[in-house]
Amino acid sequence: MTYHNPFTPPRKSATFDDFTLAEIRRAAATGIYDIRGAGTKRKVPHFDDLLFLGASISRYPLEGYREKCDTSVVLGTRYAKKPIHLKIPITIAGMSFGALSGPAKEALGRGATISGTSTTTGDGGMTDEERGHSETLVYQYLPSRYGMNPKDLRRADAIEVVVGQGAKPGGGGMLLGQKISDRVANMRNLPKGIDQRSACRHPDWTGPDDLEIKIMELREITDWEKPIYVKVGGARPYYDTALAVKAGADVVVLDGMQGGTAATQDVFIENVGMPTLACIRPAVQALQDLGMHRKVQLIVSGGIRSGADTAKALALGADAVAIGTAALVAIGDNDPKWEDEYRKLGTTAGAYDDWHEGKDPAGITTQDPELMQRVDPVAAGRRLANYLKVMTLEAQTIARACGKNHLHNLEPEDLCALTMEAAAMAQVPLAGTSWYPGKGGF
Amino acid sequence: MDASVKRESLEAMRVFDLASTPLRELNSALHAIAPGTNDTNFEVVNPRGSHAVAVGIDQPVTVNVRGSVGYYCAGMNDGGTVTVHGSAGPGVAENMMSGTVVIEGDASQYAGATGRGGLLVIKGNAASRCGISMKGIDIVVHGSIGHMSAFMGQSGHLVVLGDAGDALGDSLYEAKLFVRGSVKSLGADCIEKEMRPEHLKKLAELLDRAGVKNVRPEEFKRYGSARKLYNFNIDNADAY
Ligand SMILES: Cc1cc2nc3c(=O)[nH]c(=O)nc-3n(C[C@H](O)[C@H](O)[C@H](O)COP(=O)(O)O)c2cc1C
Repeated sequence: MTYHNPFTPPRKSATFDDFTLAEIRRAAATGIYDIRGAGTKRKVPHFDDLLFLGASISRYPLEGYREKCDTSVVLGTRYAKKPIHLKIPITIAGMSFGALSGPAKEALGRGATISGTSTTTGDGGMTDEERGHSETLVYQYLPSRYGMNPKDLRRADAIEVVVGQGAKPGGGGMLLGQKISDRVANMRNLPKGIDQRSACRHPDWTGPDDLEIKIMELREITDWEKPIYVKVGGARPYYDTALAVKAGADVVVLDGMQGGTAATQDVFIENVGMPTLACIRPAVQALQDLGMHRKVQLIVSGGIRSGADTAKALALGADAVAIGTAALVAIGDNDPKWEDEYRKLGTTAGAYDDWHEGKDPAGITTQDPELMQRVDPVAAGRRLANYLKVMTLEAQTIARACGKNHLHNLEPEDLCALTMEAAAMAQVPLAGTSWYPGKGGF
Repeated sequence: MDASVKRESLEAMRVFDLASTPLRELNSALHAIAPGTNDTNFEVVNPRGSHAVAVGIDQPVTVNVRGSVGYYCAGMNDGGTVTVHGSAGPGVAENMMSGTVVIEGDASQYAGATGRGGLLVIKGNAASRCGISMKGIDIVVHGSIGHMSAFMGQSGHLVVLGDAGDALGDSLYEAKLFVRGSVKSLGADCIEKEMRPEHLKKLAELLDRAGVKNVRPEEFKRYGSARKLYNFNIDNADAY
């Protein structure tokens, strides 16, 4: 009898998948870890895993387009003499001049200003263009202190002490030499063409007690006018929020692991930090335990893409959200119209993340004078404003359907979760049940 | 001094007693000075270790602090002359832009951190991380400095008449370090460098401005960056 072996298809390992194998080969060939921009690319529990319940017999909705649904937010009501009034609860996150081109920064300022919201400087200081084009500008106080000076502190509308970022809690940064133009080098007091490390810790304070004194100093320098934010990466949101409040923050900015970065090690982006969804409830709990919810405002960022994400973050207790990556996409980042050029760089529109190399075909994450010409700051600013308007309308649509006349009236009771993980992280019931993991009554 | 002259100078001097006056009044008075006014002589008594004394000065005022201060005295000073007749806590003259800050006693850690200009003189010793991340400031320490001083120093000069602790100038960029005594150890990428005539000249000028007498520039050694870590190279990873 002849034995015939039937065909079995070749089987690839789930553990050693194609991407993993390629990464091992890349590491073996180069001896260096992968550095890239953007946020985590793996799938983690996110706002998509939550749904709104909408009004029904027990709650009645508001009329779309007719009944008012307020979107305004005031930030910095705790100590600042001049709190910030924004028309929408969506702010533009801190992204450095250096990582981004001048026209890109200008576009962000223009778009934010049209929309009545704030934009934020970044590692590398404040430029005149940015100040000029941003009606409300938050000035970051970072460990590197590149470009830090009291004049810019005074002409800022708020100050954001950056402790960490969601993409890399506990990590510093690196702007590679190829992106250091004369202007960037000059603003940072460093020679041109060398890699610029951004320290992971502040040079002149460690721990919450020092931070309290540091915040006091910044208030004294600016005569107690400006709101002072403290930005933390999503690591220990309950304690970080509580300590920031204790140190005297007016506003806490909490950036989950999906948050974008200009350039960080891939291993860091993918393996350190907690998903945004998991960060919000502990932070809100800390504020509530201290009697500070709504007195110290909470801004949440990391993977916010739509009005639905915004509404969900607010329903969980945030006062506002911040966007980085989405704002860059709105002004033209990763646009398929540059596909031919993405191909030449060995990538494709939507996947391009070598932002640290300064070759961005869209002219956004570059200091190349020719490439950055591709960003028309007026048109790009307009696109950002359109996008922010859509996000706001989306959030209002949902809030009205839940019967709320202000986005801040959204609450966890308006939500259910699609997965056990999301139910546990957001502490809202699994759809169709009245239970979430961690809640008693099993 | 002639009695009438003395009275006049006393009248022109504004005294803030921090035992009875809130710090806020001092700092807001300093910030309220209009350019070109004569009313620029300030005296602070009973500082009692207060934090953020005389911060954010942006006019050429003179401030004498009679006693010791806490954190961040003269922070972000831009053009003022601040003298502390006592010792200073952490971060004295942090991020100074211009002007002069003199500490008659000792200074705690992070003295002159991230300073971008001006002159900081410490007549006693300075603790660890003196001149950390300095960006153009000149610092002269009559005594010794602690470990990790001038860490990631970008530019400016750090002059030490005494000794330096461990890991001096770790990850240094272009700041120039001059030490007269011993250096316990050098940090990553920091090396001793040749003292050239232009360095001796600069050193002489700094010593003079810092009121140092009877010390010759030739007694110092110069340290600076080997510039090996300027662009990431995997073969240098062991240095970190
Ligand atoms: C290009 C780029 C540059 C950034 N630069 C900074 C920075 O200088 N300081 C900072 O605190 N965060 C920086 N971030 C992080 C953002 O402030 C924000 O936390 C993050 O982008 C939010 O997540 P999202 O991108 O998913 O919206 C940067 C992000 C990007 C995408």
